[in-house]
Amino acid sequence: MVAEDPRVGGGRTPGRAAFWNDRDVRAVLYQVLLVLGIGAVAWYLIHNTLANLAARNIATGFGFLGRESGFPIGESLIAYTPANTYLRALLVGLLNTLKVASIGVVLATIWGTLLGVARLSSNWLIRQLASWYVEALRNTPLLLQLFLWYAILQGLPAVRQAFNPLPGIYLSQKGLVFPVIALEPVHAVMAALFVVGIGLSWWWAGRAKAHQNATGQIRPVLLPSLGLIVGLPVIAWLIAGAPFEPDVPVLRGFNFQGGAAISPEFTALLFGLVVYTASYIAEIVRAGIQAVPRGQSEAARALGLPAGRILRLIVLPQALRVIVPPMTSQYLNLTKNSTLAVAIGFPDILSTINTSINQTGQPIECIAIVMVVFLIVSLSISAFMNWYNARIRLIER
Amino acid sequence: MSTADLPASPISAAPVMRVGVLRWLRENLFNSWYNALLTLVAVYVLYSVIARFVSWGVIHAVWSGPATACQAAGAGACWAVIGEKYRFILFGRYDYEEQWRPCLMVLLFIGLVGVSSFRQLWGRVLGAAWAVGLIVMAVLMFGGVLGLPYVTTENWGGLPLTLILSVTACVCAFPVGVVLALGRRSHLPAIRSVCVAYIEFVRGVPLVTVLFMASIMFPLLLPPGMNFNKLLRVEIGLILFAAAYLAEIVRGGLQAVAKGQYEAADSLGLSYVQKTTLIVLPQALRIVIPALVNTFIGTFKDTTLVIIVGLFDLLSAAKTALQDPPWRGAYWEVYLFIALIYFGFCFFISKYSQNLEARLRRGVHR
Repeated sequence: MVAEDPRVGGGRTPGRAAFWNDRDVRAVLYQVLLVLGIGAVAWYLIHNTLANLAARNIATGFGFLGRESGFPIGESLIAYTPANTYLRALLVGLLNTLKVASIGVVLATIWGTLLGVARLSSNWLIRQLASWYVEALRNTPLLLQLFLWYAILQGLPAVRQAFNPLPGIYLSQKGLVFPVIALEPVHAVMAALFVVGIGLSWWWAGRAKAHQNATGQIRPVLLPSLGLIVGLPVIAWLIAGAPFEPDVPVLRGFNFQGGAAISPEFTALLFGLVVYTASYIAEIVRAGIQAVPRGQSEAARALGLPAGRILRLIVLPQALRVIVPPMTSQYLNLTKNSTLAVAIGFPDILSTINTSINQTGQPIECIAIVMVVFLIVSLSISAFMNWYNARIRLIER
Repeated sequence: MSTADLPASPISAAPVMRVGVLRWLRENLFNSWYNALLTLVAVYVLYSVIARFVSWGVIHAVWSGPATACQAAGAGACWAVIGEKYRFILFGRYDYEEQWRPCLMVLLFIGLVGVSSFRQLWGRVLGAAWAVGLIVMAVLMFGGVLGLPYVTTENWGGLPLTLILSVTACVCAFPVGVVLALGRRSHLPAIRSVCVAYIEFVRGVPLVTVLFMASIMFPLLLPPGMNFNKLLRVEIGLILFAAAYLAEIVRGGLQAVAKGQYEAADSLGLSYVQKTTLIVLPQALRIVIPALVNTFIGTFKDTTLVIIVGLFDLLSAAKTALQDPPWRGAYWEVYLFIALIYFGFCFFISKYSQNLEARLRRGVHR
């Protein structure tokens, strides 16, 4: 407050406006009013809800989570029967959501990056095809695409007349069935060695970097790392006598025995999410690559860097700064869009919640659970991507 | 090419590979061995897809007639399903004799949007035309006056419902979004944290859960006995959802307005409301028009999710049309038909937005 301001002072105590014209008082007043208003609305809604629940005899609380769910779930990563509790049913749904989202994010990134590079290809035809793809998929609703993919998969022949394109691989209304390698004890050892290999290569990369910082000499990193990560498990496998016993599916009655199967619901959802999200990722990747001035790679070439190092040390770090923030929101979108599973019958978290709402009649608790779950998933993804973004950010003086 | 390679004399014609079509082909399709390979593969794939599509969709297609004609051996696309079902797909369960009304409403809407896309026509007259147009559209849809029979919102469906849901959601969400964005940039901690909490909460959950909440939970939140119909409940859900996304876009615009503009407004002694409405918002909103248009396209596509809570939009009507047993196999035809409608709207809007963006950028001198 400026004491000499004649407009503000006007006749009253010099230096102070009337208290209702004081900025600080007003600020407090507005905030108190807002909080009181929100409190009043919240109280009104809660009051109504409680009255409604009492009038309709709806139970409240999360007690239902411990009760027997009584509904079957088509596919599950953990053991589940209708005799299990609602909590376990929701966990099955959550794991299915995470399965679709994690595989989808990886595949969409790969496919989207390829498309983004294709959009910048020097080949006119490839460029055109990629841009038609992007336009067609971005300008139609995802749900429509999912319905179409699912209808196509349902239009496949019945199990008995399944397509058999390669020995052991069957494509039918029940989805894709394919042979897998039967589990052996050595597989656990191989997995452990794989992790050990990653740790060792990390250690080696750190040593090589320290060596380069100290002496300026570059030590090979890529090949030794590959050797450690792939080589160690392979050696263990060979020592165990190279066991290889495929588990081939066989048609028995109305279904397949053995092998592994992917349901049509999962396939349609994953495929739909990947091809749709990839069309957005393609544009992000294209913008990121275009954001790096050509002079950067030309300068690197003039310094005598080989092509691989130009990409890894010069172009990618600059492109990723542009790419990562919008990419984060695409990953979040893909995860949130996976709830469209409910429309084609894949048992994700929302489908199981939907069934639970219908059976228990407790919509408030169920919707609260699913919202909290998604908030946690969304916040974790954005926290991770923010951490990654901070790591690759340009450090300016 | 260095000068030493040039022929001395006489001047000969340019090599045939370096001019005209051949040069273009060489530079754009066959400039390296892998590009040549890619081109050949792409041409082959494109040829086989187009050949199959023409054979299925044109040569062997069944253009009209009963469903049995489509089941004949060797029949391709069953476009007859569109002729049979287009009124149901486009207008849903709207009273059959009255379907000229939603049709007229859609045409009126498209006409107004078309006129509005010419920027030189923006002004009072266009605003008045929209006001009158909206009233006419509402009268056409509801009826109940001027001798038009009343049609309940439960019977609304198809394309008109999709347009009403998405346009209303965007128009109503816009002011809410602007207020939220201003709140998020406020210096008052309580106001800022309320706005941040709302925006982050809504952006963190999927639209489907918001629609679930709107259709199942809203009735529980209201006093007993008071209720409003599902269409309005879902519309409110869409508005609340779109508002959070619009808020973030408007915030981007507010941040892009130079700090000197805020300070200049303060030094002129403008109040907060004057500063915001006269100085800041006009500049901020102009910057974010393209992003706003993209959000509109997103909302337009997102309205398809109302099928999950049982509203009868374009996609829902198409899906229901396919449940008629004789036409069950014609999913490609029906989905392609409505995909073209969605594509038409979204493509037009996005191209218009790109055009507008280019023109607005031309207007700014830096």
